[in-house]
Amino acid sequence: MERTDKPRLPRGVKLRHDDVRQRWTLLAPERIFEVDGTAAAVLQLCDGERDLAAIVAELASCYAAPAEVIEKDVVAMLGDLKAKRVLET
Amino acid sequence: MNAHAAPPPGPPIGVLVELTHRCPLGCPHCSNPIALERPGEELDTETWKRVFGEAAALGALHIHLSGGEPTARRDIAELVRHAAQAGLYTNLITSGVGVSEKLWGELVDAGLDHAQLSFQGADEETNDRLGHYDGAWRKKRAFAAMVSGAGLPLTVNAVVSRPNLHQVGAFIGLALELGARRLEVAHTQYYGWALRNRAALMPPRKETEEAIRLVDEARPKLAGRLVIDMVVPDYYARYPKPCAGGWGRLAINVSPSGKALPCHAAETIPGLEFWNVRERSLAEIWRDGPAFNAFRGTGWMREPCRTCERREIDWGGCRCQALALAGDAAATDPACSKSPHHARMEAMATAEAEANLGALRWRSYREAVKV
Repeated sequence: MERTDKPRLPRGVKLRHDDVRQRWTLLAPERIFEVDGTAAAVLQLCDGERDLAAIVAELASCYAAPAEVIEKDVVAMLGDLKAKRVLET
Repeated sequence: MNAHAAPPPGPPIGVLVELTHRCPLGCPHCSNPIALERPGEELDTETWKRVFGEAAALGALHIHLSGGEPTARRDIAELVRHAAQAGLYTNLITSGVGVSEKLWGELVDAGLDHAQLSFQGADEETNDRLGHYDGAWRKKRAFAAMVSGAGLPLTVNAVVSRPNLHQVGAFIGLALELGARRLEVAHTQYYGWALRNRAALMPPRKETEEAIRLVDEARPKLAGRLVIDMVVPDYYARYPKPCAGGWGRLAINVSPSGKALPCHAAETIPGLEFWNVRERSLAEIWRDGPAFNAFRGTGWMREPCRTCERREIDWGGCRCQALALAGDAAATDPACSKSPHHARMEAMATAEAEANLGALRWRSYREAVKV
């Protein structure tokens, strides 16, 4: 994934808080991915307008963590979701 | 039946609603019951809407709008809208036949999340013959184009059995060509019409294994382009499939007339009492419904299931298959190699595959009365 890529959830993939089970979920065709709070925070920034660099910068300031560390985690997580066809860039 | 049933393990993940048993196709591998429910018995719009609201409140995340052909309901767009507004992820399971551009536009506006389109063959001749509908191929392709055009995710659902099992590779090509994000290769499950047609549908072991190998090989190559899911055939398996993810554990199925079922074939089991959504809420049915509690958890199991290390993986397999093949719904699914009926089941499948009989009974209301 490039720093200029603008990740987004495609139509038919929804980030939703499951109130009954008290957790975040990513709803996709015939699949439900449980996502933790951190992943949900990343996905909320994947709006197709922010690029990867902007997402990482925002998370770095929010979590007061080094950008390199965050970028590595975010790229791995988004790459995994992309391979599952629930994220587009 | 188990009087001390385990409490529900948690809310259901999904609810599959058979909105109607009407369907323009006549697939011999259909898993609907032989006794198709009549249009006059179907729930009305308001009752379905209430059920959708109850499903969401109970904790269901996905709603699968199925049938028969769900778009045969005139209120389908209204139902999709209501389900989406209730917060459910809406999945339309359709033949794609009979969905006009106008109706499709209404479904998209209503908030449909995903369309799952069935194909009976990977070419026109096979598709239209097995679907028992001339012209279905062209209509299905037009439907796929509408889905992609609207940017919605498309799943191609290929139900395979002996007449089309050699087309698995071509189905993968078709899914890619149509821009599907997902392909479901569903080996026919022998319930309802498929059970009636089993001798004409059962594939030989060698072809079955070849089809599985082909999918396993294609998966890594297509990662990121196409997700391939497979409903595996269990007649030649070592272990049974965990039917519906375990009886009364993940899913509820509602028939056109409102009967709430732990799985779509559950009505074949005599003695089970099915509560109807007309009279009771989905939450009450899920928690206290006698049919849901009959085989829930592991308390109902006997040997070899009871002490099996896979008892919470397979959940004893399929109760309907146990009844159909072992004559006892509480027996170990004969698909399991630990079942005393396993060898007989495999021999029967092999014999049916080798006999290679071709006569098919097409699914229809008319055929249903000629049992």
